[in-house]
Amino acid sequence: MVWDLLITGFLVLAGVFGFVGSFGLVKLPDPMTRLHAPTKATTLGVGGVLIASMLFFATKQGHISAHELLITLFLFLTAPVSAHFLAKANLHGDRPEGLPQPEGSEWATFSPGTDTAAEALAETGDAPPLTPPEGRDH
Amino acid sequence: MRKLFPHPQLTLLLAVVWLLLVNQITLGSLVMAALLGTAIPVLTGPYWPDRPRLRNLPMIVIYLAIVLWDIVIANFIVARIVLFMPNAKLRTAWVAVPLRLTRPEAITVLAATITLTPGTISADLSADGRTLLVHCLHAPDPEAVLHDIQTRYEARLLEIFA
Repeated sequence: MVWDLLITGFLVLAGVFGFVGSFGLVKLPDPMTRLHAPTKATTLGVGGVLIASMLFFATKQGHISAHELLITLFLFLTAPVSAHFLAKANLHGDRPEGLPQPEGSEWATFSPGTDTAAEALAETGDAPPLTPPEGRDH
Repeated sequence: MRKLFPHPQLTLLLAVVWLLLVNQITLGSLVMAALLGTAIPVLTGPYWPDRPRLRNLPMIVIYLAIVLWDIVIANFIVARIVLFMPNAKLRTAWVAVPLRLTRPEAITVLAATITLTPGTISADLSADGRTLLVHCLHAPDPEAVLHDIQTRYEARLLEIFA
């Protein structure tokens, strides 16, 4: 009974956070802020389902299930990468107002022809040629 | 020993991931885990010419605990902002974080951590790899965000990837 309540609680919590993540997509005003809701609120959404699943299998079915830990691991590996891609894609579209300038360099997105091989660059010590961001037409 | 296990952490990680995938611990899956854990690091060794040394094991555990806790907190903070804060009151900000970390692996971990934790997303890296661009969902005080990132995460990563 206690386990039932606990499992249900985690499922409800997961549902709420999944909803908040999706609702954030609709409610927040621009693409960059919209990125915030699904990268954060949904980690707890998925996490809640996974904890509930582990509890369910451990207490009701009588065997330990550990797939959920792997799902968490993969989620934590992939969520930041896809968020980073989306953020960069968004930067490509239009240089946002109020973007700070990195000291003595330019953001990788606005430096065509360079990849950010930080270590190789740190070794040789020369920064890639600075290209002023040309006017983007869109 | 060094030749058979060129990358002990990777060996351990692969074995554990295999056991989790199989989802049961039997003699067969243990043997398979050991085989994969031995073969993959040896075969992929040439691709890791200069891998970082992870020495500070307690600090890794502390770091993981802090990040996990922050992720839970982040969820509540962002949920509150999404549900209850009118869009007009949002103070979004771009913050340039000068990096003391130089290893690509360390910068990757820091960027991923920033994305998963409260109200911040790492959006870009400067072309010379020395500055990280962070977008804040609601930051009335961007200096505080910068200070948080540097003391809470970067300082610990510096110790881990020393």
